[in-house]
Amino acid sequence: MGILDFFNGTKATSKDIAKERLKVVLIHDRTDIPPAVMEQLRDEILDVIAKYVDFDRDAVDIRLDRENRLSQLVAEIPLRESPRSRRKR
Amino acid sequence: MSATVITITSGKGGVGKTTTTANLGVALAQLNKRVVCIDVDIGLRNLDVVMGLENRIVYDLVHVIEGQCRLRQAMIKDKRMPELYLIPAAQTRDKSAVSPSDMVRLTDELRPDFDFVLIDSPAGIERGFRNAIAGADKVLVVTNPEVSAVRDADRIIGLVEAERKGPAQLILNRMRPAMVDRGDMLSTDDVLDVLAIDLIGIVPEDESILVGSNRGNPVAMDEKSLAGQAYRNIAMRLTGKDIPFIDFSKPRNGFLGKIANIFKRG
Ligand SMILES: Nc1ncnc2c1ncn2[C@@H]1O[C@H](COP(=O)(O)OP(=O)(O)OP(=O)(O)O)[C@@H](O)[C@H]1O
Ligand SMILES: [Mg+2]
Repeated sequence: MGILDFFNGTKATSKDIAKERLKVVLIHDRTDIPPAVMEQLRDEILDVIAKYVDFDRDAVDIRLDRENRLSQLVAEIPLRESPRSRRKR
Repeated sequence: MSATVITITSGKGGVGKTTTTANLGVALAQLNKRVVCIDVDIGLRNLDVVMGLENRIVYDLVHVIEGQCRLRQAMIKDKRMPELYLIPAAQTRDKSAVSPSDMVRLTDELRPDFDFVLIDSPAGIERGFRNAIAGADKVLVVTNPEVSAVRDADRIIGLVEAERKGPAQLILNRMRPAMVDRGDMLSTDDVLDVLAIDLIGIVPEDESILVGSNRGNPVAMDEKSLAGQAYRNIAMRLTGKDIPFIDFSKPRNGFLGKIANIFKRG
């Protein structure tokens, strides 16, 4: 069961899989960042951020994205609220 | 009067560049445009057989470029059409016999006498591709609805942009509506979503293409052929007409549906 199946609640068709694979391949082709380097980039970014704030590494989403032939690096890092601020509310 | 020079290219081999060039040549000539097709796939000449003109070749592109004949001597007229010509590729030479600046000179020499110059590019991203786009005003990228062909199309679109020949327009070839409907083939929207460029034509998978190639009669000559109609539509778009795209992937039933389907031809 792939990510598509999970979101659709149905079995992904072969063209859905083709489209997802294409998107990923094209982003790496265009930016010249191979998937392995992307992993390393991700780890280093998270190490830096971890020095300053508290977050759940498993909830992080860092990806290369593409809109209208422009590539961008997108990072979504949900922060943990500190125990103190939680108590205030 | 000055011709529009249009290069048909793809990155990946075998997706239908030569078939497209031959058929757009025929379809534009049928619209009373003066057209010359140039085969730039040196060493792997094919446009001549697809157009059915192979028996009349005396001189070729390299002869012209090396000054061994006059331009007009290498132009084979298709006698079935009002004004359609072919300049064949050399078969026994290689891409290095021609340079991008040779192609610019050649296309400039042709411009005053024609409405359209169509250039059939070889596959790949090297010298042959650069020769093919050097003189282009417009680039059409042909692809098929499959991962590898779309990936290569993306690469070519980027290179065309980098050479300041963009934005390229897309021809989606070999679409099989039944496969799209059951989710086993990328749809037109899927491909456009991924490539983010303008579409200029959708050509269905059609057996009549092979029959046409067998005989040397491009399907655009055949009134009844579905693919032929798709090429005629592209030709009209190239002349500036706004021909609507119809998604022929969802055939409708009933009387009105049947009428609608008649127009559902890329
Ligand atoms: N829409 C179609 N339906 C059926 N067959 C097709 C279609 N388009 C192309 N073909 C077939 O696909 C094969 C390859 O086509 P073609 O020679 O035009 O490709 P090409 O891109 O010029 O190839 P190359 O890269 O070798 O120059 C041919 O046998 C042709 O008849
Ligand atoms: Mg070819």
